[in-house]
Amino acid sequence: MEKYVYINDRPILWEDEINILELARKAHIEIPTFCYHSDLSVYGACRLCMVEVEGRGLVTSCSTQPFEGMRVKTHTEQILKLRKTIVEMLLANHDQNCPQCSRASDCKLRDISNRLNIDKVRFRQTREFKTVDLGSDCLVRDPNKCVLCGDCVRFCDEIQSIGAIDFAGRGLEVNVASAYGKSLAQVDCVNCGQCAAVCPTGAITVKSDIKEAWTAIHDPKKTVVAQIAPAVRVALGEMFGLAANDMTTGRMVAAMKIIGFDQVYDTSFAADLTVVEEANEFIARKTNGGKLPIFTSCCPAWVKFAEQSFPSLLDNLSSCRSPQQMFGAIAKERLPELLKVEKKDLVCVSIMPCTAKKYECKRPEFTNDSIPDVDIALTTQELGRMIKEAGINFESVEPESFDLPMGFATGAGVIFGNSGGVSEAVLRYAADKFDIPVPENIVLQEVRGVSGLREATLADGNLKIAVVHGLRNARELCDKVMAGEAEYDIVEVMACPGGCTGGAGQPIVLTQKQRRDRTKTLYHADRTMPMHRAQDNPFIHELYEELLTEPNSHKAHELLHTAYRHRKRIDDDELTISTGDAADRCQIRVCVGTSCYLRGSQDILAKTLQMVEENAWGNYFDIAATFCSEKCDKGPNVTVGDQVIHRAELAQIKNLITEEASRRSK
Amino acid sequence: MPNLENIREQYNSARALCTKRIVVCAGTGCIANGSLKVFDALKNAIALSGLEVTVSLKSEDPKEHKHHDVYMIGSGCQGFCQVGPLVTIEPNGIMYGHVKPEDAEEIVARSVVKDEVVERLLYHNPETGVPYKGVAEIPFYIKQQRTGLKDCGNVDPQNISEYIAHDGYFAAREAFTKYKAEELCKFYQDSGLRGRGGGGFSTGLKWNFARKEDSDKKYVICNGDEGDPGAFMDRSILEGNPHSVIEGMLIAARAIGADEGYVYMRMEYPLACQRIRKAIESAEQLGILGDNVFGSGQSFRISVMEGAGAFVCGEETALLASIEGKRGMPNPKPPFPAQKGLFGKPTIINNVETLALVPVVMQQGIEAFRKIGTAKSPGTKTFALTGHVANTGLIEVPFGTTLREIVFEIGGGVLDKDGKINNDAFKAVQIGGPSGGCLTSEHLDLPIDFDSLGSAGAMVGSGGMVVMNDSTCMVETARYFMSFTQRESCGKCVPCREGTRQMLEMLEDITNGDATEETLDLLEEVAETVKLTSLCGLGKTAPNPVLSTMRYFREEYEAHVKAKYCPTKQCKALTPIFIDPELCRGCTICKRVCPVGAITGEVKQVHKIDPMICIKCGACIAACKFKAIS
Repeated sequence: MEKYVYINDRPILWEDEINILELARKAHIEIPTFCYHSDLSVYGACRLCMVEVEGRGLVTSCSTQPFEGMRVKTHTEQILKLRKTIVEMLLANHDQNCPQCSRASDCKLRDISNRLNIDKVRFRQTREFKTVDLGSDCLVRDPNKCVLCGDCVRFCDEIQSIGAIDFAGRGLEVNVASAYGKSLAQVDCVNCGQCAAVCPTGAITVKSDIKEAWTAIHDPKKTVVAQIAPAVRVALGEMFGLAANDMTTGRMVAAMKIIGFDQVYDTSFAADLTVVEEANEFIARKTNGGKLPIFTSCCPAWVKFAEQSFPSLLDNLSSCRSPQQMFGAIAKERLPELLKVEKKDLVCVSIMPCTAKKYECKRPEFTNDSIPDVDIALTTQELGRMIKEAGINFESVEPESFDLPMGFATGAGVIFGNSGGVSEAVLRYAADKFDIPVPENIVLQEVRGVSGLREATLADGNLKIAVVHGLRNARELCDKVMAGEAEYDIVEVMACPGGCTGGAGQPIVLTQKQRRDRTKTLYHADRTMPMHRAQDNPFIHELYEELLTEPNSHKAHELLHTAYRHRKRIDDDELTISTGDAADRCQIRVCVGTSCYLRGSQDILAKTLQMVEENAWGNYFDIAATFCSEKCDKGPNVTVGDQVIHRAELAQIKNLITEEASRRSK
Repeated sequence: MPNLENIREQYNSARALCTKRIVVCAGTGCIANGSLKVFDALKNAIALSGLEVTVSLKSEDPKEHKHHDVYMIGSGCQGFCQVGPLVTIEPNGIMYGHVKPEDAEEIVARSVVKDEVVERLLYHNPETGVPYKGVAEIPFYIKQQRTGLKDCGNVDPQNISEYIAHDGYFAAREAFTKYKAEELCKFYQDSGLRGRGGGGFSTGLKWNFARKEDSDKKYVICNGDEGDPGAFMDRSILEGNPHSVIEGMLIAARAIGADEGYVYMRMEYPLACQRIRKAIESAEQLGILGDNVFGSGQSFRISVMEGAGAFVCGEETALLASIEGKRGMPNPKPPFPAQKGLFGKPTIINNVETLALVPVVMQQGIEAFRKIGTAKSPGTKTFALTGHVANTGLIEVPFGTTLREIVFEIGGGVLDKDGKINNDAFKAVQIGGPSGGCLTSEHLDLPIDFDSLGSAGAMVGSGGMVVMNDSTCMVETARYFMSFTQRESCGKCVPCREGTRQMLEMLEDITNGDATEETLDLLEEVAETVKLTSLCGLGKTAPNPVLSTMRYFREEYEAHVKAKYCPTKQCKALTPIFIDPELCRGCTICKRVCPVGAITGEVKQVHKIDPMICIKCGACIAACKFKAIS
């Protein structure tokens, strides 16, 4: 039986739409809303999606389920008036410097107030200036533009399971904030930037490095080379009104050359290199009984997440740097000679679909002698803006091709931009080794798809793969792996839903179809490439011959691999109380965080100090008070040397100190 | 299973051995006035007089009972907070007010050892000076009908035996042994009991929704997050008779099949928190709470959860979020808590007073309960009576009682600006706190119930009742409540967050004399928008103080806006400039400097300022040599 709902007196077939708002779209009505987001829980805060339901009066269409025969009016005189008043009140509390706002062209508040024909705000501006958070390398939070729709908060919590931001305060004071009002840079934020991607206004935006890029380009002493990540090419066109299935690779290269980049390369080349290194690392682990599963390490948001939340899994992470950083290391190693330029004058700019890449290129391990491997990381959006700023007519520019040698890639490197792409590329590389039948079109359907967790068993059960995207899914999977409830050989993790094509550096996504189209187009790009397996890339072979000798070689490790570190959730704040001067000193750290303090850590610290002083052992020890070792349930937590003591008791600590002291006095 | 009859009988026989019982009010108000010291002083004085005194009657074996001359308890709120600390002496029915520790000796000598009355400590009619001996005579009590509060102020809240001796927990036992869940829901639906927390929704119907849900886990929550300025009914019940709330929760648990309950308390009610915790502990020790309640096979346990003091947490869904450890913010309904409540399980949330009435309804029976009150709002309702009224305190009256009876009879009349009883000074009653509205003299004979108040633009709300005399500025009153709601808005939905802020700004403009007539129109429009579109009850009702004062006191708003004049002279910026006739010499300087011609007066005659013309520029004040103008 077909069921109908009457929207503005017209019968609309009701199938599986979960609310009136979705159903109204079928009736060609876009009901205005800030806080409804199909990926997130229903929030019901903006109240703009009010409609009138016969017999029920005004209801929010986002939170109201249709019923058969329901009669809905979407734009009565009353509703239009109410919506206007609500938006006017929002505008009265909004920093309206729209021309200077990076979201000027895709701001939902502007769009809605425009659509509602608001020509005058009858209310007095009530806004008081609130401090802008500029601390993060990737994101800028400007509370003066926040409409408090909560999309960012819910995304961070519900999809990413981070909860780096939440609401604080009441009444006038209510705002979205990090813990203790700290900067995003100081909290658990993994820089995935999805908060900025879902923000309807300019309250959270991607930090712009456009100025730095122009400065380098305009500096005649500098040679500026660019690398472009695979996912950029399927989204950049959206900024110029092109459809997502329009591949923009050639035009993009041409536009960048016009802008003034000296060389334009493809990050997919480095992705091919990643495949070779990572696949060999995996094969070695699998053969020699090394740590499995191996987790991919291309996604910097995931890497930071793992460092924060799953330090015990860090040995499982592939030691491979991400393609961006592999590219940067190779570029800084080889290009000075190739391009006849001094290393200090070579500027490597990356164009990424990602906000976390800005953070990644600033990680200290990717800087040598104060020269970073990647100098500037720009997002797709920033590149689009530079193209516009230069006045380039992108739609009509004549396509050009990438520069060689680092502009040549196979399809394996290109599909890195989709969730499942890294796994597929590695499988293509290792297919022979594990006897995996590869179909003629080299599509390994097993790891493709949209589900948040996909599992595949290949090679007669010898190879178990999991592909996750979205960090909540990753967290659940890691918990299972830690608990021994799931066993895999390879786990691919991408922080953003859909993988890099859904990255927060991409143009703002308005529809789900847009996301799907990007994925499809990227797979299509693979099909149109001449080669599909990383090992077939002749320039990769050349690189090994001339520089790296072989996969996972010493040189390869130096340039292409890295290490991770345990990151505490809270800043490593430490209060040094006494420092010794012996060469071989023992470190004593007593946690005096609230929980440990309540369990008596203060007493332990005081008595320890007293004991050291009385025995004149001060030279042997560095004593410090620390804050939160994140084992609150096992407090008091005390570290003596390399031993971490949970549920510490004074006698036990005293014994340890006596031992350490007597060892040192001999 | 505890034998309630035994406990009752033992308690009663022990009590029968005591000659006198002294009840000292130990509600928050009386404690603040020193009632605990009075308690100690009385106890010492009795001991010195050679009488035997006890403060607990709990011996289990009747044979062990021994004779005590005096049995003393500290009770919860006795209601007449105005004259606290209160001391009641039984069986003589004497109530003493404003008792000080120094009075103890005399009280003991005359009213405990002997049966005399210390007249100076009695409550005297403020108008006639006639003394009243006790509750049976005091007008404040006579007009009331205390059912929910019957034992509040009468029993020792910390002694479960005393509650049982007053027939406590018998209703719960009946519910667990004689009723099926479905029958209980029907019973309460038929009784017409409506939620006392605000909306007045049928309690039985609400339970039935939760009962019908199929779930492995259900919750009963007592909403004790009373946050309205001036309201203290829930606090008084929790302090005075916590077992009645527990019994109500037990019956509710039976009706929906819940095995776990929470009492969500305001952190700012430390005494109530302490008493409910103690009561839960006693009920557990006696086996009333725990596994296999009254042999039914059903278990029920209660935890106390203290909120962090957000007004919005009194809203059901915000309260649930708070218990779950989340930020206290409301969520859209549906799903209703009865379907998906605490931790996603079917949950019913009842207000303290409703739960305290639940056992009463069962004791009385449907017919008797429905006889009290009105047809659609049966039973009684407690109110916290405060403001410009002679007798402030906690009262309970049947629905259908008129405002006139409450204010002029129970309340003893309106106090004018000089603090004298003068019923002509009556201006309005604010009912329902920041969610409610104002009633005026035209409503004095309106029988008060859920529906009549609603149509008059007010609401029963939780029951705060603030009487205002004619020196009260209604715009300022609206501004005060708006500043409260604005501060307490959780900020989730736009209309409440931004609307309360805009309304507050406009009300401030009006009281500061910065508003125009357009401000009034816009204020009304925003109020309507907030009322219609807010997410939760807090926002939906936030404009009520504005809308109702605008409805009944429009001319007062207009005076502020058009004439820039506050008729009650409460708004400083709009208080007219005035020439003191004693000091004015009629020199005419002020008249000459006035730029708008607001000053009139002949030479050597006292001058006058017309407040409707005056723009308060202050030129006259500066010009006057005799300091006659201010």
